[in-house]
Amino acid sequence: MISVNSISKKFGKQQVLHDFELRFEAGHSYAVMGPNGSGKTTLIKSILGMVLPDSGEILVDGQSIQGHTAYRQQIGYMPQIGRYPSNMKIGQLFSMMKDMRPEVKEYDLDLVNQFELEMIKDKAMGTLSGGTRQKVSAALAFLFQPKVLILDEPTAGLDPIAVEILKAKIQKERKEGKLILITSHILNDLEELTDQAIYLFEGEVFFNDSIESLKEITGEGRFSPAIAKLMQWTLKKKTSTKSLTHA
Amino acid sequence: MLKLLKYALYDILKSRFALIYTFFLFLIAVSVYQISDDLGKVSLSLMNILIMIVPLIAAVFATTHFYNNLEFIELMLAQPVKRIQVFLSQLFAVILMLSLSILIGFGLPMLVWGADSGLLILLGVGVVLSAVFAGFAFLASVMTRDKAKAIGVSLALWIYFSLVYDGLVLYLIYSFADYPLEKPTLALVLLNPVDLGRILMLMQLDISALMGYTGAFFRQFFSSNTGWLIASSALLIWIVFPNWIALKVFGKRDF
Amino acid sequence: MKTQLCILISLIGMLSSNWLWAKEVVLNPKDPIQATIDRAKDGDTLVFLPGTYKLNSIVIRKPLTLIGKDYPVLDGDGKGNVLLIAATHVTIQGFKIRNTGKSNMDDSAAIKFFDSKNCIIQDNILSDTFFGLHFSNSSNLTIINNVIHAEAIREFEVGNGIHLWKCKNSFIGGNQVSGHRDGIYLEFVTETQVKDNLVQKNMRYGLHFMFAHDNSYIRNTFRNNGAGVAVMYTKNVLMQENRFEENWGSSAYGLLLKDIRDSKVVNNYFFKNTIGIYMEGSSRIEFENNDFRQNGWALKLMASCDQNTFLANNFIQNTFDMSSNGSVVLNKITQNYWDKYEGYDLDRDQIGDVPYRPINLYSVIVEKIPSAVILWRSFMVTLLDRMEKILPTLTPDQMIDESPKMKAYDLS
Repeated sequence: MISVNSISKKFGKQQVLHDFELRFEAGHSYAVMGPNGSGKTTLIKSILGMVLPDSGEILVDGQSIQGHTAYRQQIGYMPQIGRYPSNMKIGQLFSMMKDMRPEVKEYDLDLVNQFELEMIKDKAMGTLSGGTRQKVSAALAFLFQPKVLILDEPTAGLDPIAVEILKAKIQKERKEGKLILITSHILNDLEELTDQAIYLFEGEVFFNDSIESLKEITGEGRFSPAIAKLMQWTLKKKTSTKSLTHA
Repeated sequence: MLKLLKYALYDILKSRFALIYTFFLFLIAVSVYQISDDLGKVSLSLMNILIMIVPLIAAVFATTHFYNNLEFIELMLAQPVKRIQVFLSQLFAVILMLSLSILIGFGLPMLVWGADSGLLILLGVGVVLSAVFAGFAFLASVMTRDKAKAIGVSLALWIYFSLVYDGLVLYLIYSFADYPLEKPTLALVLLNPVDLGRILMLMQLDISALMGYTGAFFRQFFSSNTGWLIASSALLIWIVFPNWIALKVFGKRDF
Repeated sequence: MKTQLCILISLIGMLSSNWLWAKEVVLNPKDPIQATIDRAKDGDTLVFLPGTYKLNSIVIRKPLTLIGKDYPVLDGDGKGNVLLIAATHVTIQGFKIRNTGKSNMDDSAAIKFFDSKNCIIQDNILSDTFFGLHFSNSSNLTIINNVIHAEAIREFEVGNGIHLWKCKNSFIGGNQVSGHRDGIYLEFVTETQVKDNLVQKNMRYGLHFMFAHDNSYIRNTFRNNGAGVAVMYTKNVLMQENRFEENWGSSAYGLLLKDIRDSKVVNNYFFKNTIGIYMEGSSRIEFENNDFRQNGWALKLMASCDQNTFLANNFIQNTFDMSSNGSVVLNKITQNYWDKYEGYDLDRDQIGDVPYRPINLYSVIVEKIPSAVILWRSFMVTLLDRMEKILPTLTPDQMIDESPKMKAYDLS
């Protein structure tokens, strides 16, 4: 559904993405991992068209995204830190987002209801706590029933109850065959929510396969130790990279 | 586009800053009207203030606004809308807010106590200078990734155009006093939007003195509509040009 | 009042000399004009019926009254003068006179008077004349309510509207003069009053007088003339309640005073002139209750002026109040209202407690480098001026009004 064809990106001298080759298929859920500065957010932003790659191209449904905006209708994006116009009320924010996608008539209000956002719809965004703002971001990402969900650190800053609500929602969407992309530092969350693992290291795709094969290759039965092992390997020479990536 | 503008404008108009700025201008205008006996003196005092304050506020506010809204801009960019629309909606919102503040802050007292053509032109100059310096600020903002640096650049541009530039021109005129300098001087002045705004006002307030200059070129410039046209179109270029570059940079920028 | 008196006097003169013989002759355009005039007796009245009379150099040497009925046209056909008069008690009234010659050689005029006395020129309309009314060596003239308009493009293509040379005891009132070289020109003219005239859009000066002592100029309007009003080499002049407006240009002034002595400039209104008053070599002039508004420079006072008094004038919204080419100041400036004055009045006597300096730094700079005017009112220049106000270095420190008024005088 989304194919990333050999994209590279430099910020100044720093090579943030180096020759990325990735496929994201509908019905799968991908965990995008890697240490800070490994290129996770840059990858996501490239797919969203917010970062323009120096070379390579990104196809969504077989069509290059360059110069196009319509494909974003199919993407629900939950940013790492959602900052909104501080004088805008929650209700207004929602109607604005609806305004921007006039062709969508049916809304997914699961999260709006479960987070009870309707009750605080007259609160200005500037007065909200970080957690509430995350709830708003999450609710917005799911609102238009998009085929693709891109969630950047979705559980950070949420209270435990909200985390559970959100996770349940993600699971539900997975079952409906959506394509889901999640970055997170909380490995437990990822294990529950994803079936594919992508590990980025210093601007390169270090690992890209199913979680099953990750466990197999690392010889670990559980997710967290498998990732830990992966991280150890990255610290050694990167000569083994190629043999590890099946893509 | 209009939807985006509507929401951006709604947000900015409700900000405390818009209220304070409008009130501040209103207070200035009211006190100037109170202490001056005639409209000519009012437009003089208001012009002195406006030429200084308006570009400064426009530059600082637009930069701050851009950076404060960066995350929101990012959110917009993740939506199915064009970048150019996101940029222009933010820009127009800022310009509209600054202009409305001037039109209300200075305009209300004018409605109450009367205005002449000079004062009306002053309002126009205020709006135009706001647009020009909002453009500079947006340009500085899209070129840098650091709020402090962008504010620094905007402030530097303000100081340059309000003070340093005229100093350089005066120095030049002084050094080459023996040469016929009317055309170079006029050309130099066209290269500074603040000077342009000021000269539109001079043509209202000091036309008698301007006509005293010996150069035929000067006289032609100031006595006919040509001068008006040239100064106004130069100002228009000053609005469009920085914003156009900023738009180009914005279109290629990574968020 | 004065005009009526003049008419009365001249009427009495006519009646007493030839009243028994005087008769009225009616003319139409086909009549031989010169022959009719030559045949006429002293004191006769010639009534011109409507129509166009082609006339050149018609000579009048006896007291006659020429009346135009419904404004007959006297057309000079572009050659020489129309009427030449050397007589006493001549009245010319109610004509349209046009198309004189355009030569500088003979100073062609609509009506030219030589050595005449007690003449009245009234209610005529002059157009496209080289000189309008031209008088030399005459006296007791009454020149009233004429409209004199020329449409030349260049200064040398036209003469003066009303031109008096070596005349005295005359009255010039209620005329409208436009488009000439000088609107009203007086040379060696004495004891004459110029009153209620509207003089505008003339190429050079609205009013120009030289060596013309003991005259008064009252309630005239001089507007938009090439260089305003010029007064030269004259003493004992009264200029009162005149309006000097919109005289714009590189050497344009409301009023130019050059070598004038013992005169009074009172209650005049200077509005939107490049220079309100420019004076050099002048002394003992009293300037009182004048209103200077929106001029480029209200006053340019050259160092060659002394013992002049500026008392109780208003200076409002002028770009620069005053400038000078020197620092020695022997004039008295006191109790004027300056709208740029920023002092205070603690004892509330309506007089500011700190003196006012009418010459600011930037006017000194502009005096040296005229193109610097383009930077006026910029932030930088304002700063410079502020600094100079606090620590005067360049501006003449004797040029001060020690007792500036806090409120403007009501001079309307």
